[in-house]
Amino acid sequence: MTDLAEKVIAGDPRSIARLITQVENNAPDAIETMKRIHPHTGQASVIGVTGVMGSGKSSLIFELALIYRAEGKKVGIIAIDPTSPFSGGALLGDRIRMTELSTDEGVFIRSMGTRGMMGGLTSALYDVVEILDAAGMNVILIETVGVGQDEVDIVKIADTTLVVLIPGLGDSVQTIKAGLMEIADIFVVNKADKPGVEQTVAELESMLDLVNTLDRRTPIVATSAKEKKGIQLLIMKIAEHQAYLKDTQMFEQRRRQRYEAELLEIIRKRLMDFIFDEKKLKTTVDCCIDQIAKKELDPYSAADQILGKILK
Amino acid sequence: MDIAEKDIMEQIRQRHIEWEHQLYAKAIKENPERKTKFKNLSEIDIKNVYTPEDTSDLEYLNDIGFPGEFPFLRGVHPNLYRGRLWTMRQFAGFGSAEETNKRYHYLLGHGETGLSVAFDYPTLYGYDTDHKLARGEFGKCGVAISSLVDMELLFHGIPLDKITTSMTINGPAAIIWAMYIANAENQGISKEKIGGTIQNDILKEYIAQKSYIFPPEPSMRLIVDTFEYGFKNVPKWNTISISGYHIREAGSTAVQELAFTLGDGVEYVKAAMKRGLSIDDFAPRLSFFFNAHNDFFEEIAKYRAARRIWAKEMKALGAKKTRSLWLRFHTQTAGCSLTAQQPEMNIVRVTLQALAAVLGGTQSLHTNSMDEALALPSEKAVRIALRTQQIIAEESGVTSTVDPLGGSYYVEWLTEKMEEETYKYFDRVERLGGVIPAIEKGFFQREIADSAYRYQKEIDTSQRVIVGVNRYQLDEQPSIPILKMDEKGEERQIRRLQKLRTERDNSKVQSYLQQLRKAAEGDENLMPFILNCIHSYATLGETCQVLRDVFGEYKEQAIY
Amino acid sequence: MAKKIRVLVAKPGLDGHDRGAKIVARALRDAGMEVVYTGLHQTAEQIVNTAMQEDVDVVGLSLLSGAHMTLFVDVAVMLKEKQMDDVLIIGGGIIPQEDVPRLKKAGIAEVFGPGTPVEEIVSYIKKNVKR
Repeated sequence: MTDLAEKVIAGDPRSIARLITQVENNAPDAIETMKRIHPHTGQASVIGVTGVMGSGKSSLIFELALIYRAEGKKVGIIAIDPTSPFSGGALLGDRIRMTELSTDEGVFIRSMGTRGMMGGLTSALYDVVEILDAAGMNVILIETVGVGQDEVDIVKIADTTLVVLIPGLGDSVQTIKAGLMEIADIFVVNKADKPGVEQTVAELESMLDLVNTLDRRTPIVATSAKEKKGIQLLIMKIAEHQAYLKDTQMFEQRRRQRYEAELLEIIRKRLMDFIFDEKKLKTTVDCCIDQIAKKELDPYSAADQILGKILK
Repeated sequence: MDIAEKDIMEQIRQRHIEWEHQLYAKAIKENPERKTKFKNLSEIDIKNVYTPEDTSDLEYLNDIGFPGEFPFLRGVHPNLYRGRLWTMRQFAGFGSAEETNKRYHYLLGHGETGLSVAFDYPTLYGYDTDHKLARGEFGKCGVAISSLVDMELLFHGIPLDKITTSMTINGPAAIIWAMYIANAENQGISKEKIGGTIQNDILKEYIAQKSYIFPPEPSMRLIVDTFEYGFKNVPKWNTISISGYHIREAGSTAVQELAFTLGDGVEYVKAAMKRGLSIDDFAPRLSFFFNAHNDFFEEIAKYRAARRIWAKEMKALGAKKTRSLWLRFHTQTAGCSLTAQQPEMNIVRVTLQALAAVLGGTQSLHTNSMDEALALPSEKAVRIALRTQQIIAEESGVTSTVDPLGGSYYVEWLTEKMEEETYKYFDRVERLGGVIPAIEKGFFQREIADSAYRYQKEIDTSQRVIVGVNRYQLDEQPSIPILKMDEKGEERQIRRLQKLRTERDNSKVQSYLQQLRKAAEGDENLMPFILNCIHSYATLGETCQVLRDVFGEYKEQAIY
Repeated sequence: MAKKIRVLVAKPGLDGHDRGAKIVARALRDAGMEVVYTGLHQTAEQIVNTAMQEDVDVVGLSLLSGAHMTLFVDVAVMLKEKQMDDVLIIGGGIIPQEDVPRLKKAGIAEVFGPGTPVEEIVSYIKKNVKR
């Protein structure tokens, strides 16, 4: 285990990949390794990229990565796609847009399924961010699925969250979930080569006018990944945001939020594993469920029983 | 319908109901139906019997018409095969130009009446044989053509003023066409005399075949350049073969094949008109290419419906000349229906598929060889495929009359149905903003992937029987002789290229490539510039690279 | 949580026929596997690097252009060089029976020709994954 930790810290790609698999599969060995690499984390800037399906997130991430690479930075990319709730499988196709980066030694790309546990970000994601961080990545770009809870949860883990839209979605800005609009540190109107950009930008501006004035006006950047336009500007805005966070001490606040979320997630996972472990509480749980179904027990009392066994 | 006809129809309707409840009901008690639904490959439910009720809405003169008359349902030529048989045009190409030239002479010697060129993957993507991405791919699925030298060898001994050639090339179509033209000119045959087709249909590349190079906009520009150059300078040439074959091979249904192909066709016409070309100038030289798949009558109905829909659409777009309304097509039997198991059975499949194409009135036909699920066709296999066409032509009697299935209740009903379904797709695409926006949204690709997946599931669950694959299997391994190619071919070709690059006038080449670059950045017609490059022996790769630099390369999104 | 089988479905070289690869990818997903699909025109280097980063259990190569003897073997050799011997390599497409022995010798565990039911590939993977 220590060997693996050392290799990960040294940036060995095979070891990084291996450790990611271990944390995804809840391998008990992984915990020791994760403990060992934690002191080496904290220097990577984490950028979340979220937005509707079809907004070109993958292409955008590709273009951002190219520029970061040109700046000499090491880039980690996590591309998340939905796990099928029926089969438990997933089609992970975001790498298609990043083919040219597959052989760049300064880039590490990993595709992950949401492996959905009660909605929200895949629980291993926190670990994967830490792993890439410890391995020496300067920037970690996370592409989320673009539907559901993930979009809003990304803000727990990212330093800067980009919300990507495309022009011409009609009076789309209103239809996009309220939560999504609030989490944006930067709005990106991608596919700006298409008609309707000005309108979308205007709609965003007027929506921002209505929001309580924070000391920072959320910037809106129009980009076209296809034509490679607006990317430099976006990078600048990301850097500005990160500087803003550091200047206002919000950076520490955000990091605290992330560690809190991570800690809670680890606790939640352990709790759930414990409860659903057949050698531990699963039989009790199953029994309770049977009783609830027969109306012999209500869910609250069942919870009391189960928690009682843990918190004793 | 007048009162007498209405009365007869009512009698038929009554009798039908009785028949259904009495005779038919009794029959299915003794012989229960083998399936709950008899669907064709487009998921259309096929009834137990078709009657005049199913065609009662059709008026012969307006809806069906005579062969050679609008709406051309029964054909574009009044006397079709009575006057001239379809062109027997076998798609061929492998290894080096010399090897393929030999195959062309073989096929011509055995009675084929038109040539059809298959290019290898590097050529399809505009790479010379010595490009690093060409590794291992030389000549494997077609002939390698890297320069005019190869084109000269490919057609050695073949009179280009006496025979027409179809070339399956898309991304670099304009460049390969320039090579053909240049070669003919070098042989003393002027542009006005040569005839043939370039596939040159980029929209279906994005949708299905995937041998695109540049993004949609510059690709369309190049295509319209060829239309313009063609009708002005090479009048006997079909500058496009708007294709459904590959869309079908990628897994679409017959209706999708029909709808997506004709939709692409309209898109090309609109693009050319946008440039200011008059529709009647270029439309007569648009041609089509369809698949001939397994469901016999569905395919026939598809070809007929295609003609009628195209004629109507072209009229709506303002075409006045009769020839502008014609849908002329080449057909190839379905490659994806061939099995590796018991390959001789493919001869039977191909026969049925070819027959459907003939009954559908195809202008030109390629029949697959039995071994094509295993390798490229051997001489014997391709000869049998050719003989299949000749037997249909000479022995079956189906050529004696035009559109023999016209008037069949089933076929006319099915033709109507397919037209209806096609227009539904036209509407959907329009709501998505048109063909190119729909491509970018992945609409066609998703429809095709879904159909392909569904088809595979039907086979895997034995809902759909493929003889030899999921029923009537044999344990033996196929042991038919497979085509072997010359292993030294790649080396030879690379040396040939190196020699060419030293022996030609390189300053001329560079100069013409520069001129092409400038023209590509502007909006002049690129054909003359490409021709200059080719005449000076610039290679395919070098010429294409200039265009790659200016136009960029297309990257697809994945749709499963 | 049960370990998921991770598969890379790759199309090496210039071959553009992706109907089969996509169907297999979808079927593997329906069978509960995580499938990384990298699209068309992959070089051996790209395939191997992807396999490494994604820590896949299986690399599935699809080819219908006839270039399998060069391209499949390239991938197998490179995986071996990187000491990724625990990755199961399988292939499919238009591959003549007579080429299969040589491919197996190079490290391709099994070749699935035309007409193979998709279930057969799923079972094979489940039974033969090395990790």
